[in-house]
Amino acid sequence: MADVNRGNRPLSPHLGIYRRQMTMITSILIRITGVALLVSTLLVVWWLLAAATSPEYFAFANRVITSLPGDVVMTLSVLGLWYHLLGGVRHLIWDQAVMLEIETAQKLGWTALIGSVVLTCITVALV
Amino acid sequence: MVEFRLPKNSRVRTGKTWPKPDGASNVRAFKIYRWNPNDGENPRVDTYFLDMDSCGPMILDALIKIKNEIDPTLTFRRSCREGICGSCAMNIDGINTLACIYGLDEVKGDVKIYPLPHMPVVKDLIPDLTHFYAQHASIMPWLETKTNRPAKEWRQSIDDRKKLDGLYECVMCASCSTSCPSYWWNGDRYLGPAALLHAYRWIIDSRDEATGERLDELEDPFKLYRCHTIMNCTKTCPKGLNPAKAIAEIKKMMVERVV
Repeated sequence: MADVNRGNRPLSPHLGIYRRQMTMITSILIRITGVALLVSTLLVVWWLLAAATSPEYFAFANRVITSLPGDVVMTLSVLGLWYHLLGGVRHLIWDQAVMLEIETAQKLGWTALIGSVVLTCITVALV
Repeated sequence: MVEFRLPKNSRVRTGKTWPKPDGASNVRAFKIYRWNPNDGENPRVDTYFLDMDSCGPMILDALIKIKNEIDPTLTFRRSCREGICGSCAMNIDGINTLACIYGLDEVKGDVKIYPLPHMPVVKDLIPDLTHFYAQHASIMPWLETKTNRPAKEWRQSIDDRKKLDGLYECVMCASCSTSCPSYWWNGDRYLGPAALLHAYRWIIDSRDEATGERLDELEDPFKLYRCHTIMNCTKTCPKGLNPAKAIAEIKKMMVERVV
């Protein structure tokens, strides 16, 4: 639009100096979990493809996924999935243009954070 | 574009530490961003010390005291000193607000002051707001009518007038837009919370007759939809307004007119 950088004007500091906000963190976590879940999905697809390939290959893939690091990745993926889901519901609520006052928005954020941990514990306990 | 690191010419260095006031017992440190367009150097953060026993209660009082008594080259905008002109918006203690209505007692420890984030700096605490104002102008911030002009004024019911409360109070200080990460990364095309709040102010004005055109104009992946409800805008607004809600209302109207 307008010519904004006449001369060699510096860009003022941004992310490095801005105070972390609760709503800012819960927002970026949705993006992060979304991208991370794509990776976990690929892992699960690989596991399924292995099952369709051969018993030996499935045994290998299954060993990787159920190993200790595999368990950690899968548990974190469950956590990410619950958070992404609850965060998504929060956005659906906001799309009605309601609960957008700072206090309620923060309460919703805490609900998504704590809720995802609780639901992950339940999921892990049930599986 | 998301770019976390500052460009080379913008990286901040440690600056000068100015002497403490003589014989003062109640001293406070102020760390203030400085950049001089004439010396060809990078920005720096200078440290000043003020005697709080002889300083007014607001951040702006401290800035004026520094300018008067320590360093007359310190440059910042200010005018009304009562939160109505929007000139002294800056980043204070990590959030954007107006220096004149933000109390020194609201900051713990050293007072850190930067210009509004992710803006080209003209000098010290003064950002270039040209693009910000151009975006405001682009949303047609005026009453747009098609019917013939009434004999007296355009009438509005009390209830319709109430819809403008929480919107008309905006003083265009740019605190909200420059607090928004989406505006940091896509401010060239995303209009930002301030311009969108103003857009909504005219969209819901019962006297305005260009609602459709206004919505058409915003139907764009960048102008409106770069808002991801991060809510830094609402959190930081020194006037206590809610741009995030205004934007959500526009998005809702966008959906309502097609379903």
